[in-house]
Amino acid sequence: MEIPYTVVARRDTGVWNAKVGIWLFLASEVMLFGGLFSAYVFLRLDAGPGDWPHGVLNVPVGTFNTAILIISSVTVVLAWAALKMRQFTRYRIYMAITILCGVVFLVVKLGYEWPQKYVHFGARIKESELAKYEKYLGNQHLLAEGFAPRKEITGHLHNPQALHDPNIKEYEIALDPVNADPTNKKMDRPHFFYVPPTEKIGIVEKADVEYANMFLPKHSSYFATYFTITGLHGAHVLAGVLVFCYMLLPASTRLYRQNPEHLANRVEVAGLFWHFVDLIWIFVFPLFYLL
Amino acid sequence: MDTTTHVGAHAAHDPHPHGEHPHHELGFWRKYIFSTDHKVIGIQYGLCGLVFLFLGFSLMMMMRWQLAYPGQALPVIGKILNVFGPGSMPDGKMTPEFYNSLGAMHGTIMIFLGIVPVAFAAFGNFVVPLQIGAPDMTFPKINAASFWAFFVGGMIMLFSFFVPGGAAKTGWTAYTPLSIITDQGGTYDPVFNGQTLWLIAFIFLITSSLLGAVNFISTIIQLRAPGLTWMRLPFFVWAQFVTAFLLLLAFPPLESALIMQLMDRLAGTSFFLPSGLVVNGTPLHVSGGGSPLLWQHLFWFLGHPEVYVLILPAMGIVAEIIANNSRKPLWGYKSLVFAALVLGFLSFIVWAHHMWLTGMGTAVSAFFQTTTLIISIPSVIILSAFFISLWGGSIRFTVPMLFATAFLPMFGIGGLTGIPLAFNSADLYLHDTYYVIAHFHYIVAPGTIFGLFAGIYYWYPKATGRMMNEFWGKVHFWPSFICMNLIFLPMFLQGMLGMHRRWYDGGQGWTLAGDKVWGLSGFQWNQPISIAAWCMGLAQIPFIINFFWSMRHGKKAVSDNPWEATTLEWTAPNMPPHGNFVTPPVAYRGPYEYSLPGRDRDFTMQNEPIEPGEQVHHPSTEPVLHA
Amino acid sequence: MDHSDEVPSPGLMEAPPDPHAAQHVAAHVRTYLIVGATLLAFTVITVALSYVDFGLIFSHLFRTNLSEAQGRKANVAVAMLVAAFKAGLVAAIFMHLSAEKRLIYRILYFTVFFVLGLFWLTYLAWYNPIVR
Repeated sequence: MEIPYTVVARRDTGVWNAKVGIWLFLASEVMLFGGLFSAYVFLRLDAGPGDWPHGVLNVPVGTFNTAILIISSVTVVLAWAALKMRQFTRYRIYMAITILCGVVFLVVKLGYEWPQKYVHFGARIKESELAKYEKYLGNQHLLAEGFAPRKEITGHLHNPQALHDPNIKEYEIALDPVNADPTNKKMDRPHFFYVPPTEKIGIVEKADVEYANMFLPKHSSYFATYFTITGLHGAHVLAGVLVFCYMLLPASTRLYRQNPEHLANRVEVAGLFWHFVDLIWIFVFPLFYLL
Repeated sequence: MDTTTHVGAHAAHDPHPHGEHPHHELGFWRKYIFSTDHKVIGIQYGLCGLVFLFLGFSLMMMMRWQLAYPGQALPVIGKILNVFGPGSMPDGKMTPEFYNSLGAMHGTIMIFLGIVPVAFAAFGNFVVPLQIGAPDMTFPKINAASFWAFFVGGMIMLFSFFVPGGAAKTGWTAYTPLSIITDQGGTYDPVFNGQTLWLIAFIFLITSSLLGAVNFISTIIQLRAPGLTWMRLPFFVWAQFVTAFLLLLAFPPLESALIMQLMDRLAGTSFFLPSGLVVNGTPLHVSGGGSPLLWQHLFWFLGHPEVYVLILPAMGIVAEIIANNSRKPLWGYKSLVFAALVLGFLSFIVWAHHMWLTGMGTAVSAFFQTTTLIISIPSVIILSAFFISLWGGSIRFTVPMLFATAFLPMFGIGGLTGIPLAFNSADLYLHDTYYVIAHFHYIVAPGTIFGLFAGIYYWYPKATGRMMNEFWGKVHFWPSFICMNLIFLPMFLQGMLGMHRRWYDGGQGWTLAGDKVWGLSGFQWNQPISIAAWCMGLAQIPFIINFFWSMRHGKKAVSDNPWEATTLEWTAPNMPPHGNFVTPPVAYRGPYEYSLPGRDRDFTMQNEPIEPGEQVHHPSTEPVLHA
Repeated sequence: MDHSDEVPSPGLMEAPPDPHAAQHVAAHVRTYLIVGATLLAFTVITVALSYVDFGLIFSHLFRTNLSEAQGRKANVAVAMLVAAFKAGLVAAIFMHLSAEKRLIYRILYFTVFFVLGLFWLTYLAWYNPIVR
């Protein structure tokens, strides 16, 4: 006996095997990302006022990447539609565009966005010493405006060896605009465009610092969740790209010649996975970039 | 440019769409090692799982020495055990670190490398496609991938015993922040240490379970034989179906939690590390802001459904065997099915009863106490249905039936002793004592493992064409049954005396303050328990010999249906070939049509057509709509 | 809806092929493009909305004073509504959930229920402890 319903749907359930399989798999993926997002909710609810950073990611770049993923979602469904209409050349073009989008997304994420964070520095000041750094934090001003306090001084670290050398007693930071000019009302809310650190150097004594690090996963709960969720999401994008590459190989062409419906089913299943990856990003984008 | 004209829609009906014809000649490696046949994969899972079960049990036998005779050198084998490294058994005496490793790995191996692979993956793989009349699983290659992911995970777990510092030592629950600061920094390798390898191995095991679960559910949905409607499925298939759903939806949150804990260990994040944590007098240099309770929530979100993952397949096996050996239809088939569904559903919303001591609020606590009590209802329905099925039957006490009937009171004891733990107030006293150990071991050891033994004896002829030896089966059963109770009954007493489950010295230091039961203090009870545990180990020898000896020399099965059962797997030839069935089976009736009136045989198989004028009366044969 | 008494032969268990499949798909291509454009538009909208102070707007609307933290919650709610709408479009149109088989829906009902349970109880555990 051969395994039935690999291509043609079973009558009483109305679906073919892989369709059930992929939806079950996506159900488990919902729970996987559900666990991570619930961790995000848990940690964010638990964070005190001013402990959750805002506006530290590059919004235009994130918007661009969101658009890239949405476009790839459209092209993959068009690729499937082309196969259904037996337009093989068109299918290959759409597939190639989808792969290109996936690669662009990964390059932007791993080649630009993440490395930009590794070189950024943030020092969280001890609760008791906040007043000492009022000139960088501007908490009086924020209090008057009804905003949560700032507890962190960020920018580019001028003396990176200070992170490891216990003999160096202070951090020299090329301050971010928000710390260079903290009482400026324009700084109360995040910017749309990324603004690089200023020329102004701020000195922070290590003894006053609760915790300081580059913008790495270990920097804070925010970056821990950001890197973990976008990393896992990136791994999914990579997996999708690899599957789509397979769909362009000669083996798939041969399958098309023998049984086009089978290839269409495969593309549909891979497409469902890809849409799901897009769907996750639709939530990741506002949660980390905008809110 | 388009090829529309060349390829018609009718190509879809080509019987061999891949151009792959059934391959008859496969080499040894493809046929027995890297096979995609569900039966071979099932047997691979079964053998690996049984080896791991014995290994996990051996770890416990070593721990029992330390509990009964704390600080004394383990005779004979103590010196050999130094292979586990200098920190394990110097002079044959067990170090506390090694004791902790054994405890953690006993739990992990028994649950995730022993029972889940045998109960779910082995029996599910071997039996379910046969019982639903399918040629194989829906995705044979994914099925093989599932096994190999499991195998790699298991090997990593074993390997972790031999890295510096030894295997994971923070319990099978790996509670944070202890599990994050253990084996961390200093001379420890960031990756090759017990805790990190535990996390990595676990991610492999979860991946394996997820692939398996997807395969099982889609197979049961898609590949049921014609006529095999949902209400005609054997209860075992239902049990596996619910189990697969539990794995599918409960494991991923734990996988996410494992990824987070791995980040905490490798990338220095603080998902589960609170602010201001001080270790050995030194403030921990981490960002903080995490929550140890988050780990517990995500862990137990899996952890509780996992309990039902362990028990449901065993219930399914027991149902098959009870119906077969009492020569009666299973009583209350529909109630059983719905009870299993409700059990699966409720198991997702009771998890915080493992966390009464974390100080959760009254509202949350009340919610979880209520759901925990409600979940006992479907369990009792299932157990009652099994008992009533025995009533008035012509019972044959075959070896599978011995194990299946022993399952009933054992599971009953395990279940009923869980009820006090469901109450926040009672649990404050009993939490983390030997009472809890006794309670859940009654469920999984004489419960599930007896179910597994029953299943092995029952389906052995289908897999090998030979029967296991009846006499040695009984020699296996009776000592096992007696020792199980000698091991676990006294633990209730120890627990109620207040003995904590993680004491390295078995409560020796505390024994002066303790009360006595039947002349023995909590600590002194360790000795009879330990002796019973070692006897239990000896009692498995007949099984092991019987298992391998019968493959070649066992009595040949009299037919393809030696137990005179009704379900579809018995219509397939023994040692079914690739593709399983000679002719595609069709089901005409319910799964348990034993002793139908007016027949010359006391069993009617599912593929026997309804005869003209036959009265169809059993609930499982009532006409039911398709899915 | 066939009764189990009429047992179909194995060959007949396959669903008949849909002769109009290609035309159906062709008709949908336009929809896919429109949905894609809508998603892009809503991406821009959600970015723009994140720079609007909903705390202020809601303060006027409900005539209460919202603190900055409460205002952020208002922005979170708005952003999540937009994201849910976008995700709904992707699921309904691209993933064909607007016209899927009942079986798939059933799988997803369970998933949605449990994932909501995961969030709700995580929230509750934070919200209602004795000690933090």
